[in-house]
Amino acid sequence: MNWAPVIISAKTACLSILITFFIGILLAHWVVRMRSEKARMLIDGILTLPMVLPPTVMGFFLLFIFGVKRPVGKFILEFFGWKIVFTWWATVIAAVVISLPLMYRSARGAFEQVDQNLIYAGRTLGKSEWWIFWRVIMPAALPGVASGGILAFARGLGEFGATAMLAGNIAGQTQTLPLAIYSEVAAGDMEGAYGYVYILVAISFLVIFLMNYFTLKGTARGKGRKK
Amino acid sequence: MSLQVDIKKKLKGFTLDVTFEADGDCMGILGASGCGKSMTLKCIAGIEKPDSGRIVLNGKILFDSEKHINLSTQKRKVGYLFQNYALFPNMTVRENISVGLAASKENSNSRLEELAALFQLEGLENRYPWQLSGGQQQRVALARSLAYEPEVLMLDEPFSALDEYLKENLQIQVKEILNRYKGDILMVTHSREEVYRFCPKIAVVHNGHVVARGDTREIFQNPCHVTAAKLSGCKNISRIKRTGENRVYALDWNTELVTAESVGDEVRYIGIRAHDLQPVYDGTYQENLISCLHPELPEGLFEQVVLFRTAEQSDSLLWWKVGKEQWREAFVQKLPEQFYLPPEALMLLTEE
Repeated sequence: MNWAPVIISAKTACLSILITFFIGILLAHWVVRMRSEKARMLIDGILTLPMVLPPTVMGFFLLFIFGVKRPVGKFILEFFGWKIVFTWWATVIAAVVISLPLMYRSARGAFEQVDQNLIYAGRTLGKSEWWIFWRVIMPAALPGVASGGILAFARGLGEFGATAMLAGNIAGQTQTLPLAIYSEVAAGDMEGAYGYVYILVAISFLVIFLMNYFTLKGTARGKGRKK
Repeated sequence: MSLQVDIKKKLKGFTLDVTFEADGDCMGILGASGCGKSMTLKCIAGIEKPDSGRIVLNGKILFDSEKHINLSTQKRKVGYLFQNYALFPNMTVRENISVGLAASKENSNSRLEELAALFQLEGLENRYPWQLSGGQQQRVALARSLAYEPEVLMLDEPFSALDEYLKENLQIQVKEILNRYKGDILMVTHSREEVYRFCPKIAVVHNGHVVARGDTREIFQNPCHVTAAKLSGCKNISRIKRTGENRVYALDWNTELVTAESVGDEVRYIGIRAHDLQPVYDGTYQENLISCLHPELPEGLFEQVVLFRTAEQSDSLLWWKVGKEQWREAFVQKLPEQFYLPPEALMLLTEE
């Protein structure tokens, strides 16, 4: 088995979940605190869009943004000298954009569940918003945030459509596990795909186990375990 | 110690428009659910922003719409006991109380022990909120608020989350603790017993407006306003038509009544407490008599209640309450046929 897709996928999934996790949390926190109902609906819609749109369409949009002849892509190329499309960075961008809605929505749901009075109590006790976020909101929302992170990780790892559009399918550079499986099968080598399939199936089972673990932990605290 | 509040805020269905002052005592804010009591506390705490007005605490302006002052909650130094106590679930009792303590480490340890002793929390320091009873949670929340040494302490329905049989004991404990606190206390409640027990002064709020304020005992004895009368537990209230200097016609009871006080033009209702009705069998009184038709007898714990109508077509039920002892001795065999409404027990009530 060629290990290159495994390594590429591992690197992509790890970096993209780091970015997704923090951006997702920040966006969720920001949206939950929004005062204007209309603005919240709008931002919420935009952030959820990548979850609903077919990944290929999302990849199409991303090409529009990051293509070397497009304003943003051109700017990045001329200013930093970085080419995004059809490089490894494109796999990260595709994974982040596609997995972000899952992270954002899970975190938002978890934040909305946090008892508002806890936040107010922190404020009346003179604590900064920063303290309240890290000491009150995050611990209370952690089970939801963690399961959102795991879900987003799995989604990023399995990303195919947008990655193929933006990063292409270059062996040893942008060929992630799902693309490698596709390539093997397309070339008529079913057995060549077996190893990759096993790896993804194993990770999926692990994800389900972890999700259940965190959900259980969340409800156990909600109900108030007895000594 | 003083707190002046004069705020307006548009809410769903009504406008909150309250004005009151507190000076060193425990002040009760009495009102039905959804009348704007809790919103008032939230405005004082800076959790909600009033549309206009002014809030001044011990000379410090917390909010002033004209001067564009709106201090953040963190800078207001107010204590707030939430209805659900809002203890941080991921922190122990010790950690929860420490949040309120801003002082240095070694200092805070001795202060913590002091507070734990004062609030009878010794031995519970390392427990989490879910391992505590409702009363213990309440004491932790109070300790946390008072550790912060706030300039005003606000209690939002402090006993509503507790079991009935615990309430009275806890109220007495809490009262002892609150007696040591030197700042102003504001207590929001819909329970007349709580205000009577805790608050020498009250403001009665109805639909976002303060309809009565002043000395609690005075307001309970002579509520003046129909909402204040209802909240103070007056069961019998009738609309009236003024018929003379000291006479009214009670529209809901179909009877003319003589009053001790002279009836002003603004009087719209008349009320009498369920205990103040006097049963009569003979012709002692000529006036202020109402007949007792179709009595129903729901039994209370310590009192017998008699619900009756004054006329065949009347929709309104009147309440008479009498101690069980007396009921057994005098009335159980022979229900009164008429009641006398003593003029001095009749309360003249306004509407707005």
